[in-house]
Amino acid sequence: MPPVLQLRGITKRFPGVLANDHIDLELEQGQVLALLGENGAGKSTLMNILYGLYHPDEGEIYVRGEKADIQGPSDAIKLGIGMVHQHFMLVPVLTVTENVMLGMESIRNGIVLDRAKAARRIRDISDQYGLEVDPEATVEDLPVGIQQRVEIIKLLYRNADILILDEPTAVLTPQEVMGLIAVIRSLVAQGKSVVFISHKLKEVLELSDRIVVLRRGRSVGATTPAESDERSLASMMVGRDVILEVPKGPANPGDVVLDVRDLVVKGDQNKVAVSGVSFQVRGGEIVGVAGVQGNGQTELIEALTGLRAVESGRVELGGRDVANASPRSITEDGTAHVPEDRQRDGLVLGYSVADNLILNTYYLAPIAKGLAMQEAAITDRADRLIKEYDVRTPTPLTPAGNLSGGNQQKVIVARELSRPVKLTIASQPTRGLDVGSIEYIHSQLVKKRDEGAAVIVVSAELDEVMALADRILVMYEGRIMGALDAAAATKESLGMLMAGVATE
Amino acid sequence: MDDKTVASAIANAVQQPKSGAPTPKGQHRRGGWLRQLLVPLLAIITALILGALVIAFTDESVFQAFGGGFGRGVGQAFSVIGRAYGAFFSGAFGNPVRIISALISGQGAQIRRAIYPLMETLRISTPYIFAGLAVALGFQGGVFNIGAEGQYFIAGLVTVFVGYAIKGLPAIVHLPLALLAGVVGGGLWGAIPGYLKAKTGAHEVINTIMLNYIAFRLAEFMLDANGLMARGDGRPVSPEIQPSAYLPQFFPNQVELRVNVGFFLALAAAALVWWLLYKTTLGYEIRTVGANPRAARYAGMSVARTIVITMALSGALAGLSASTDILGVLHYMPNAFSSGYGFDAIALALLGKSHPFGVVLASLLFGALRAGAQNMQGIAQVPVDLTSIVQGLIIVFIAAPEIIRKLYRLRQPVEGEELVTVRGWGGA
Repeated sequence: MPPVLQLRGITKRFPGVLANDHIDLELEQGQVLALLGENGAGKSTLMNILYGLYHPDEGEIYVRGEKADIQGPSDAIKLGIGMVHQHFMLVPVLTVTENVMLGMESIRNGIVLDRAKAARRIRDISDQYGLEVDPEATVEDLPVGIQQRVEIIKLLYRNADILILDEPTAVLTPQEVMGLIAVIRSLVAQGKSVVFISHKLKEVLELSDRIVVLRRGRSVGATTPAESDERSLASMMVGRDVILEVPKGPANPGDVVLDVRDLVVKGDQNKVAVSGVSFQVRGGEIVGVAGVQGNGQTELIEALTGLRAVESGRVELGGRDVANASPRSITEDGTAHVPEDRQRDGLVLGYSVADNLILNTYYLAPIAKGLAMQEAAITDRADRLIKEYDVRTPTPLTPAGNLSGGNQQKVIVARELSRPVKLTIASQPTRGLDVGSIEYIHSQLVKKRDEGAAVIVVSAELDEVMALADRILVMYEGRIMGALDAAAATKESLGMLMAGVATE
Repeated sequence: MDDKTVASAIANAVQQPKSGAPTPKGQHRRGGWLRQLLVPLLAIITALILGALVIAFTDESVFQAFGGGFGRGVGQAFSVIGRAYGAFFSGAFGNPVRIISALISGQGAQIRRAIYPLMETLRISTPYIFAGLAVALGFQGGVFNIGAEGQYFIAGLVTVFVGYAIKGLPAIVHLPLALLAGVVGGGLWGAIPGYLKAKTGAHEVINTIMLNYIAFRLAEFMLDANGLMARGDGRPVSPEIQPSAYLPQFFPNQVELRVNVGFFLALAAAALVWWLLYKTTLGYEIRTVGANPRAARYAGMSVARTIVITMALSGALAGLSASTDILGVLHYMPNAFSSGYGFDAIALALLGKSHPFGVVLASLLFGALRAGAQNMQGIAQVPVDLTSIVQGLIIVFIAAPEIIRKLYRLRQPVEGEELVTVRGWGGA
């Protein structure tokens, strides 16, 4: 029997970039194929070609042994290929059934939507694969993990039997990841085939039957979980040996730098997002804030940095109350902030790297003398920081938007950590970055700690928090569910706290 | 389903080059002046070609000629177009042969007549430059100043008042004072919607439009035959300003050559705006707030303050467009003052890609179009309105550069080169 899916010599060029370079790929029926690679390695391009969103410059696609010409997603769907994107494409205010029906509504008597019939089929699919989704639920009320299953049901409803999952675990809690893995196992057990895109080594090893590693648009190796381990996969991805643990000595906590007491902050919907949080951060220690996204971490950090109003409570930075102080005064007080959404908050994408490196010091000497900005000083600083922080950019005048995610983040890290600071706040500092950049950013944060700064790291990635932090706070629904010593924390204990289950 | 997949395809296509592998060296160098100008130039040429078709197909003689055979029709069409555009170009730039022979002859009167069209183009460009700069500065700061026309009226009223009501001052004091009056009047009128946006979130497009109406009616009220600022001879115009407030002419005592020092002021204003935007901390703030207000806030800038300043500066520039027109050309303010400069300014800012020097070039073009159109109507009996058609087409092609790229099979621009001039309605 031929492989259910075969790619031969797929090549895709973008102006100046060879995104895919003669990539070969085979997927057997009933198997999970993991596509592993750093950001920008060409995984998404390859899958978008398969899904018909891009057209390859060279190469052929065979589905069930027959050559396929995929001009668009509708061709892909006809061939039984379905894709779950990283960002869900659901209408929040509609029910599960309505979302699944969207685009292929069942009709009764010519004009009436036959919701009942669709709901029946959704229930059947849900039962068959153990998805546990209620067809009548409204999507916006569902947790992210279940919303993802709705996306999977959408594919199954359209009779897809080759499922492409693009970084499906990026948004899930550890418990939800377990659930997803069970679902994928059940899918392949019943004959479906899955392509699983990820850069997380553990999941790939746990779940897949075969692993293909991409690097810079090339396929650099195919292997199986039995023949590989995290270390070997990481070096294949990066092209050199990688240190997986963050190398750091014991913490040397000094004086309290940040003292937060009974902090209350409201979120965008005017609902209380942070309800009475108290904690301290000392100089020379890294405090990790763990938690599923949307449990008040964002609002907490925005309040600490002056970007969001504090309803009540105290925020003392080096002895001064900075609750509701302006962002500028908090910055000038010695706070560095690597924001959660680097493209939205941390950079002006149309600005050059050099201009982005002065985003919050543009008015200070030597960058500005009075009203006039000093071109030479800007260039000097850019040259120095680009070198010191290893920002890979063609020139200092290249727009930041043209850099890869990792290098964009390095621009921000360079700008923030090159200032003398007593408090460093990093929100999701390595989200979506490749192993090499993660390694680098982690080492910079540890360096800042060892220089005596207080460091707060907020991350949705448990591995990151555990590797980096000296102490860990877990947030759940706007409260701190627990504070653990990093040495004593386990994935399980953190996972329980993240799910709101208090431990003794 | 299809909409969604299309949307995701677009999103992917947009994101792809960003997340792609590091770009090779030199790939994203700024693409040279010529490449920046290519689309605008082709847009102008295309618009002129379409304008020529309009001329041919609205001319009765062309239709009659087609009755006598296809060849004769085409021939007549070309001769009509040639006559019209010939008149158009000589009206905008003068007749090169005549200019050269006049220069050789060295006779003052002859030279003046020969360069008259060119000078008229510069005169008309002057208010365009100021108004275009006003809107371009707003675009750079993320605000859409549709109120240039209203700011123009207010500045006109204030300037003309200072110009006629204050007597006995030396020109060295009176002229700057009258100009300053326009700056302050236009600036304050622009600052109002800026303040409303910064403090209450009220959209500046709505508020500037409303303030336009207020300004129009206020001017009507003041300049009505019995209005507070009327001349008093039954005509709805203001009194003449004092000669001490006149902007000096290029050619003193030559009444027909109306070009004046205002043109140099406009060029200086363009240089100043360029310096402000790209070389000062305030300009950095304006551009950051325009490009990404969230990042501006993160960087500790006061977004509200910057928006007010941007709108005030924008209004001041729009005001200078009225001041120079009154002090340099009209020397009084008529009731029916509307020139449409404030609205054409939006087109100028788009055409000039919101860059001060681009605005100057666009303004010279519009000045030439207007000056040429007068001559074309006089000599070839093609109505002035053709310019509006040509202007409109140019704007359409600039706003939708895809049309031009498809038409001339140009390569896609490298991402990031295109300047996004305006964020949509709800933007910030």
